[in-house]
Amino acid sequence: MRKFLLAILVDNKPGVLTHVAGLISRRAFNIESINAGYTEEESVTRINIVVSVDSEWELEQVKHQLSKLIDVVKIVNLTEVDNITRELVLIKVRATAEARADLINIVNIFRAKIVDVSKENVVIELTGEESKINAICEVLSEYEIVEIARTGAIALSRGPVPVKQMQEN
Amino acid sequence: MRINGAQAVLESLKQEGVDVIFGYPGGVVLPLYDEIYKMKFPHILVRHEQGAALAADGYARATGEVGVCLSTSGPGCTNLVTGIATAYMDSIPLVCFTGQVATSVIGKDSFQEADICGITTPITKHNYLVKRPEDLLRTIKEAFFIARTGRPGPVVVDIATDVFRAEMDFDYPEEVHLKGYSGLFKGEECAIDAAVEALLQAKRPLAFVGGGVTLADEAEDLRAVIKKAGIPVCSTLMGLGCVDPDTEAYLGMAGMHGSYAANMAITGCDLLIGIGVRFDDRVTGVVKEFAPEAKIVHFDIDAAELNKNVRVDYPVLGDLNWSLPRFAKKLAACGVDLPARFASWREKIAAMHASHPFSYQKRNGVIMPQQVIETAARLSGDDTIFVTDVGQHQMWAAQFCPVSAPRHFLTSGGLGTMGYGLPAAIGAKIGRPKQKVVLFTGDGSIMMNCQEMATAADNGVDVKIVVLHNHLLGMVAQWQRMFYEHHYSQSQLHGHTDLVKLAEAMGVAGVHVEKPEDLEKALSDALSREGAVLIDVMVPEDADVLPMVPGGKRLDEMILEQEAAK
Repeated sequence: MRKFLLAILVDNKPGVLTHVAGLISRRAFNIESINAGYTEEESVTRINIVVSVDSEWELEQVKHQLSKLIDVVKIVNLTEVDNITRELVLIKVRATAEARADLINIVNIFRAKIVDVSKENVVIELTGEESKINAICEVLSEYEIVEIARTGAIALSRGPVPVKQMQEN
Repeated sequence: MRINGAQAVLESLKQEGVDVIFGYPGGVVLPLYDEIYKMKFPHILVRHEQGAALAADGYARATGEVGVCLSTSGPGCTNLVTGIATAYMDSIPLVCFTGQVATSVIGKDSFQEADICGITTPITKHNYLVKRPEDLLRTIKEAFFIARTGRPGPVVVDIATDVFRAEMDFDYPEEVHLKGYSGLFKGEECAIDAAVEALLQAKRPLAFVGGGVTLADEAEDLRAVIKKAGIPVCSTLMGLGCVDPDTEAYLGMAGMHGSYAANMAITGCDLLIGIGVRFDDRVTGVVKEFAPEAKIVHFDIDAAELNKNVRVDYPVLGDLNWSLPRFAKKLAACGVDLPARFASWREKIAAMHASHPFSYQKRNGVIMPQQVIETAARLSGDDTIFVTDVGQHQMWAAQFCPVSAPRHFLTSGGLGTMGYGLPAAIGAKIGRPKQKVVLFTGDGSIMMNCQEMATAADNGVDVKIVVLHNHLLGMVAQWQRMFYEHHYSQSQLHGHTDLVKLAEAMGVAGVHVEKPEDLEKALSDALSREGAVLIDVMVPEDADVLPMVPGGKRLDEMILEQEAAK
């Protein structure tokens, strides 16, 4: 299984997320994450999905099937170009008096941030590549994790060319 | 001029050239039905919304125009779903209008509310929920454009009931602006050159044609290609009629119930030229061993079809309107007498087909189902539109009906929708009133939409309904006979239903036929009679559709008629 991050530019219309999500389900594609947000253009939404596929053929299928959706303006496989990928995670951890110092240490090592503190808990924020997020989750699993929220990956290409001006690849 | 949304819908339909709506009224579409009444807009009242969607589908397949159906919200639109899925699987252009509850109560589980856009997302080319009057006209324009261009398909337009009442100016857009869809599908010239080169290198080429040729109205160019190339040709179920059945080395249908020669040719060819096909599992057998010796050329409008089911060596992406004429031209200009080059291969395959035609054993005292198809086809004449339901009779019709032109054989290929036939036949007849329309159905399938006999009778729609009555769900029973030790689990129909009486109860003439000596006259009388007629023909229970490629087998591992008879 290989993972690819696809940036999908779609018309910002009602129902577009249903169409994208419906297609993924209908064609039985495996996705690791999906997220959507506004872009520099009011009429365009950017959906980022990470798909895991067995073969190049399967990846082609995902792209071609998504391209067929009327709302989809463009799809670019960012994994195939030089890119920056980031994910954000918020982790709420039980922070007893004994654990607190350790947690602060871990946060510093990962260059993460503590964004909320209460008597029992801390909330840790970390931005990074998926491997880094996985690593902090792994380390923190030694402690009592109350809950985790992850955004899934987003990515931009390096260099001056935006996805909207790239060749579909 | 200010008009209301309901009037605007009908004016839009006029702009799109729609000459009939298949529909069924209900609460939220009452404002629209009031305008249909006032405007006398042509409308066929079906007896179940599924019938509306399937009639619109039959209309679209017979005419090539966009079929239009209309239902109310909730149960009205959910009843359309099977018809929409049927059209989607076979790429049939439909625009399905559904009423939705008022915008103010959407999402509140209001009376007769259903999220039809959510429900139909996986089975439509696109769908819309119109909540704002200012979106109505643009949406309808886009819906027709999307349905009929590119690879056609069904589009749902769900309209909140208050939009029908809103006042607006009628300013129907002339053009469509969609960022992600142009409707144009031209490919690259070099792909066609590669296909020509592949053919020049081939020793045993075979053409394999499908429904895409019909959808693109490209049968003429296809026939020119076949003639110039001089190669054997077989068809999918959906492609029947694209090739003239009298063409030399035309092998008929390939696949699970395809001809011996078609399946052997696919297995033995060294170049398979697929044109407007999608390599469905019913046609490939076990897909890994499909055309094992062949390089594959694939002409298709849809990039997602290339390499979806089989690996393609020479993809030719693009509308067949663009690619086939160019292919024909390049073949003519290649400077090689292709028909002479492929003569011995073509003659070998033609001889194989001649020695293994579709066949069946006649029996004394009973009417064989294949005989009914042959006789009815012979008596109906050339320009008849044949429609089928789904099951054994469908396959026999595909095997034994000589279909001479595209849009003359209407069948639910992809979804395999039992109950398709009668409403589709009604739609076809309404779209093509001058042509004879003959439906082949079974005693299972006809019951799935038998209520539409009332539609046929009350609207004077002249369809001939030929029921191959074997007191079984024939195809289910055939599989149970072959693979489930004759356990006829829930597949027998030895009940009290009298189809002749059922027809007569709804105003359709009914004829019962049991003896072989009565068949010819009964069919000939029924076919020449005015108005809808149901001909209920008793056939034996144990007839099998053969040849047959059992599931999980290669195409050349067929069970043949001759072997089964032993």
